[in-house]
Amino acid sequence: MAHDTHHEAAHVDHAAMGIEKEHPTWSTYWKVAVVLTLVTVVEVWIYYIPSFVASKLFVPSLLIMSAFKFAVVVMFYMHLRYDHKLFRVLFTGPLIIAMTTLVGLMFLFGKLKLGAGAIP
Amino acid sequence: MSHALASTHDEHAHGGHPPTSTGLDHKKVAIWAFIGSECMLFVSLISTYLIYKGRSRVGPFPHEACLPPVCATALKPILNIPVTSASTFVLLMSSLAMVLALAAVEMKDQPKHTFGERLLGNSKLWLFMTAVLGTTFLGFQAFEFTSFVHEGLTIRTNLFGSSFFTLTGFHGAHVTAGVLWLLTLLAIDMRRGLGPKDALNVDLCALYWHFVDVVWIAIFTLVYLIK
Repeated sequence: MAHDTHHEAAHVDHAAMGIEKEHPTWSTYWKVAVVLTLVTVVEVWIYYIPSFVASKLFVPSLLIMSAFKFAVVVMFYMHLRYDHKLFRVLFTGPLIIAMTTLVGLMFLFGKLKLGAGAIP
Repeated sequence: MSHALASTHDEHAHGGHPPTSTGLDHKKVAIWAFIGSECMLFVSLISTYLIYKGRSRVGPFPHEACLPPVCATALKPILNIPVTSASTFVLLMSSLAMVLALAAVEMKDQPKHTFGERLLGNSKLWLFMTAVLGTTFLGFQAFEFTSFVHEGLTIRTNLFGSSFFTLTGFHGAHVTAGVLWLLTLLAIDMRRGLGPKDALNVDLCALYWHFVDVVWIAIFTLVYLIK
């Protein structure tokens, strides 16, 4: 099937679009959608298991699954895995600054704590 | 005259855009810089929500019931996880439709022999589907906001209401802008057809749309699922 191979179209300006590697095929896009749906189903499913919600694993597992979905969309749908590295820098740089600020604020306002001497 | 000819030659040599120091089109560099700045905006709003979480003095509360004497009457937890899960699924599927729309535009000139190829190569269909799914997500959000107001939660009720409506309202405004952008592309596609030479413009819209999706992925977990 012609769509299985993402042929280089004659008029698509790959250089200007910063495409370094060929973008995934449509079948990869469908597989990614299935994976995203399944992870979302698992997230909602564990939300309704009281014993798991009460356990220490609940929040970390939700955060890991959310980060996984985030990364998959950014890499495959936003093509960051395939495009010019300048785009990676432009996205991950501010994201790292923002996440560091978020974690700093959580410590500052006592939402995250380290050890017994933490701010109440 | 000769300058104009040289300029046209340069633009042709650089794929239809003026020569740049990176060799990349400035529009694509700009959209990624914009998305980077949007990351900071949304993380600041999420931070505010998380800092205020659990500090509301009056209900309704997101995950816990509010009982007298804190609330005049007993109020159940306000977040509706089944409805939000459905809207999350809709937004994820809109990202799939968007990426298929971009692929269809990029491969518009290629011959299509089978029904499947014609279906996947129909950029109008996928742009329309993305816009419809985005509008459906907005419908879910309107339903949620309306039901919250009916249950006594407004932006002025408590810290949860203020931070929740600000965060999800900003996200909804971004989705609305994305839907308008998609409808503009759809109108151009209907009028003169989008082809491979328009792939960059569709790619810019797609990047914005996927960003709106990843922001919701974070909001869904941090606001709705983590108690």
